[in-house]
Amino acid sequence: MSAADAENPLVKGLERLPVHPTVLVIFGATGDLAKRKLLPALYNLAHEGALPERFHLIGVSRRDKANEDFAGEADKAIRSFSRREPDDKVLSALLAEVKYVPGTFDDPAVYTALKTELDAFDAAAGQPLNRAFYLSTAPEFFPVIVEALGTAGLTESAGQSEVRVIIEKPFGTTLAEAQDLNARVLSVLDESQVFRIDHYLGKETVQNMLAFRFANSMFEPLFNRNYIDNVQITAAEDIGIGTRAGYYDHAGALRDLVQNHMLQLLTLLCMEPPVDFSADEVRSEKVKVLHSIRPPHRDEVFRAQYGPGTAAGEDVAGYLQEDGVPAGSHTETYAALRLHVENWRWAGVPFYLRTGKRLARKVTEIAVTFKPVPHLAFGEEGSVGVRPNQLILTMQPNEGVSLSLGAKIPGNRMRIRPVNMEFLYGTAFMSQSPEAYERLIMDAMRGDATLFTRNDEVEAQWRICDPVVRRWEDEPEQLVQYPAGSQGPPEASELLLGDHVWRAI
Amino acid sequence: MEATASSRTTDGVWRERDTTPAAIEEAIRRLLNEAHAENASYVPARVMNLVCIVDKEWSGEIANRLRRVGRHHPSRTVVCAVEPRRTTLDAVATVAGPAETKPGDFAVLRETVLVTCGPQHLARLDTIVDPLVVTDLPTMVWSPHGHPEAVDALRGMSQIVLLDSVSEPDVGEALRRAADLAGELYVVDLAWLRSTPWRERIAATFDPATVREDLRLLSSVAIRHHPDSAAAALLLVGWLGSRLGWELSPLVSRGGAAGSRVGTAHARRQDVKLTLDADATMSVPGLAGVALESASGRALRFDRGEGGLRARYRHRQRGHEDVEREWTILGASRGEAGILGEGIRQALLRDPTYGPALEAALVLVR
Ligand SMILES: NC(=O)c1ccc[n+]([C@@H]2O[C@H](COP(=O)([O-])OP(=O)(O)OC[C@H]3O[C@@H](n4cnc5c(N)ncnc54)[C@H](OP(=O)(O)O)[C@@H]3O)[C@@H](O)[C@H]2O)c1
Repeated sequence: MSAADAENPLVKGLERLPVHPTVLVIFGATGDLAKRKLLPALYNLAHEGALPERFHLIGVSRRDKANEDFAGEADKAIRSFSRREPDDKVLSALLAEVKYVPGTFDDPAVYTALKTELDAFDAAAGQPLNRAFYLSTAPEFFPVIVEALGTAGLTESAGQSEVRVIIEKPFGTTLAEAQDLNARVLSVLDESQVFRIDHYLGKETVQNMLAFRFANSMFEPLFNRNYIDNVQITAAEDIGIGTRAGYYDHAGALRDLVQNHMLQLLTLLCMEPPVDFSADEVRSEKVKVLHSIRPPHRDEVFRAQYGPGTAAGEDVAGYLQEDGVPAGSHTETYAALRLHVENWRWAGVPFYLRTGKRLARKVTEIAVTFKPVPHLAFGEEGSVGVRPNQLILTMQPNEGVSLSLGAKIPGNRMRIRPVNMEFLYGTAFMSQSPEAYERLIMDAMRGDATLFTRNDEVEAQWRICDPVVRRWEDEPEQLVQYPAGSQGPPEASELLLGDHVWRAI
Repeated sequence: MEATASSRTTDGVWRERDTTPAAIEEAIRRLLNEAHAENASYVPARVMNLVCIVDKEWSGEIANRLRRVGRHHPSRTVVCAVEPRRTTLDAVATVAGPAETKPGDFAVLRETVLVTCGPQHLARLDTIVDPLVVTDLPTMVWSPHGHPEAVDALRGMSQIVLLDSVSEPDVGEALRRAADLAGELYVVDLAWLRSTPWRERIAATFDPATVREDLRLLSSVAIRHHPDSAAAALLLVGWLGSRLGWELSPLVSRGGAAGSRVGTAHARRQDVKLTLDADATMSVPGLAGVALESASGRALRFDRGEGGLRARYRHRQRGHEDVEREWTILGASRGEAGILGEGIRQALLRDPTYGPALEAALVLVR
């Protein structure tokens, strides 16, 4: 065996593994996402010494400007949005050689100019650098850019270097669109080069679900239809749509949160233990869960819209009164679903998902309700009585795990009431979590796709949601209105089975 | 530092002269209960216990250093301040939380116990400290002003010891002490952490398969370090030696304490020349630069620079033109507060390469 085949003996024990020298190209580099998230994430990675030893940044977007002007804008964006106060020296070193390529994404000249800059960086480094293209643009440009990169020969790797493409959300707005986008992207790139962003997966809280499930032996034996009665997944927001009417009115709650983020939470909760934590093993297990879910029937879904109401003591407008929302819009701001994971482990357990804007509180949680005890030896008179155990995994606002247990009320009678055993991650780890985008950008540059959505995964998500989206679009009805700041529409309880009730938000 | 609205805290304080560990323990429990009763959002932090043994006259400075560590702060800090000729224990216990909490949010409480004790307490310090730490949490001991007998007394009740070999006058002694402690406890040596960015950079340089071969061809390693930071340089060489399977032998000192150490390591293919130079111009502890050369004609050096490390690469090959390149590897200096914070964070991790690097470094100073 030659040394070249052997493992690098120096990486053992290092927290930050080496990343091949890389040029990151951001398409849409002057946009909102780039300014608020991507550029600040790059700065924080630079600050921590986490970027590859050679790292270059190229911005591409429409308006004409000089390299220095783009660097100036990036500097301003980083100073406004970085989670830590920037160190002037690191910031200016990061932006010292930044390049900017102006032009429209369908113009071949953009890619010729881009190639010139990329080749110049390779020449200066004396080696082909990895190329990571980040598509932070409106979704209609995703296929345009990928195809233009292919035509310009920019998707082929040279020597030891790699070419990777990171694609923002949304990945299609229907199943057909997602399939078409996959086909176009994969006609140019290999799946291993494609990194579809679902920034939820970059959150520590979401990754902690894997640790919770697969690093603890005490819960796993109970995680099945024999012990679990039902599961509720809630992603509630207290805010309205703000200034995003243009985007939101086309999307709606189902596309905005259910098709991607909430189905991710569901698959992480339901998946079988993977053989290892490699990208494909983990994602294959998640896809199996999605394949076990059929699209919900008409009586298994519910949509609504927020009407005027009160939030934090102030009167607030209803959805139809928000700036930019078309009169009579049928877009849902609340969606609830009952899903069934029809496999050996979960058959018969209902999974209730709900999300909405302008609800009473901001909370993202998974509540797992266990079956009641088979026989109760003591009476319940004079107390709330024995309630089924609940395991609550909270993602927001306070990441933690809590377990409700029955306990005896002090006194000379055997009276029981539920009490909570609570764990808050914030008390056990005091370090600040990195932003989701920091983790995701590094993983993509390193080529680790575990926290990105695979082609079959995104299509499987769409297969579940697409019939609902289409039915809702084909049957524009007057939506039920719930008062802003409330628990949501009471009618959403109709899809709950038996004596199930929604948890208070 | 001026208190801003967001950094203002509410403190529950208890103090007693000539007290006992049992009374202190009871007081902390009461302060925690009171804080929780006052505001249900307050929860005790449960990261770990940090036990610091300090000289009374410098205890303020240590408290400042810990405050600056900020975000990696452990849950309960027990400071034992040693005062000459003292025979009794005085104690101050503080439970502090942010003055303002948002409804529905939680706020972590910080528990600090300051015990003023005398030198004769140190040999049995465990009997004072044990009741004061939170059980079932890892306990880390840090004794920045010496007092080895106190650290020894706490060996049985702690799992981690924090050291800074660069602050010891005799580097050989410092490394031997670390090795002795490493037999029983997990050692976090700040001198080792000072070498981390350099180790990461060297590992990254040789990561591409095409240059990995050069690791076997290394012919020279030269390190420049702060005059007091030979320990960090020795650990870096020890790391290279242990990872690459070099046979090491003691280095020879030249030019006194602030001078240099030179020697040779035997790699499988050839000898590696080792040079450790003190750099008197360096104002902060740690390493100033690393230069590596290989028998294939490649030379690479990293030096501290603006906004990161300045890297220089040169390749000389017979019959070819020399290739030279220079670039910056981005990264902010962590500063002394950053290093201490990193040390506390490392207490929860386990680096499998430190032990072998320390063993190898010991050979260099034998
Ligand atoms: N914003 C967020 O918080 C957020 C969150 C999650 C996901 N995303 C996703 O991230 C992507 C980007 O969103 P964004 O909010 O950053 O968008 P944005 O603010 O509208 O930015 C659009 C960017 O694309 C450029 N651009 C637009 N049309 C172009 C064309 N024909 N040719 C060349 N450049 C063109 C613009 O350049 P000029 O400035 O020169 O016009 C600008 O840099 C979207 O896919 C979105 O769904 C955004």
